Amino acid sequence: MNWTAAGEFFSMGGYAFYVWGSFLVTAACIVAEVLLLRARRRQALARVRAERIRHEAKA
Amino acid sequence: MDTGLIQWFRYASPQSFYRLAGRMAPWFAWLAALSAAAGLWIAFFVAPTDAQQGESYRIIFVHVPASWMSMFLYLVMAGWAGLGLAFNTRLSAMMAHAIAPTGAMFAFLSLWTGALWGRPTWGAYWVWDARLTSELVLFFLYLGYMALHAAIDDPRRGDRAAAVLALVGAINVPIIYFSVQWWNTLHQGASVSLTRSPSMAATMLAGMLVMAFAFWMYSIAAALARVRAIMLEREAHMEWTQALQESGA
Repeated sequence: MNWTAAGEFFSMGGYAFYVWGSFLVTAACIVAEVLLLRARRRQALARVRAERIRHEAKA
Repeated sequence: MDTGLIQWFRYASPQSFYRLAGRMAPWFAWLAALSAAAGLWIAFFVAPTDAQQGESYRIIFVHVPASWMSMFLYLVMAGWAGLGLAFNTRLSAMMAHAIAPTGAMFAFLSLWTGALWGRPTWGAYWVWDARLTSELVLFFLYLGYMALHAAIDDPRRGDRAAAVLALVGAINVPIIYFSVQWWNTLHQGASVSLTRSPSMAATMLAGMLVMAFAFWMYSIAAALARVRAIMLEREAHMEWTQALQESGA
């Protein structure tokens, strides 16, 4: 184990900004992509439904 | 697409791949989550402090896997794009489009984490060095691929134009990879090589490989989820997507 206290872990030997700046931005990008993918799926399903309504209106 | 041309092209049809992708994506997502948890544990609690760089070196556990994925995903994207050009299958171009945003994200993360690692180690967030510049070009190639496709109204024509860009841009990937050998650069050489024993502690290497596996599984899950959305978008008017609505799938 590298750390004796939580504060030591979070300060990353004085490199907290660089280390956490890397890991947190990576995590944020992945969370954002997952949310965007969910939104895109919802929109795509809505488009399929809209297409169906248009088709039924024509028929 | 002509049906029955070659039997195994059947799997290249969106409606059969849509269901397959839907079944596979959660498995890859779980593998990604579990291996990311294991990789982060190794990165922060098992791997020792570096003698020269102190704790700042821990950026390696996200920087190297993100850089590998940015290059690997570009080659996979260009491969699908090339298949789409050669065989004119609908699925190939859709797969190429599904990979591009995730690849762009990893190229961005490679540059971002590289800048945050460069500042404490080299004293600069950015230098116009061969490795860094060619990775920046890779990021722009991803953006250019997506922008070009988005700019062409007819998706099938857009597929072909973007595929040509993807294939021409693929020359950049070996340039990035070998840049540290071909030019004098501030960037360190390859950390992992097939011909030499690794130049780092075994636990550091293990953490990096586990994180790379996590990013790889995540990329597959994200690409499968995105290709499903693309299929629905492009084929919203077709019978098979309309049938999905009835079955509630």
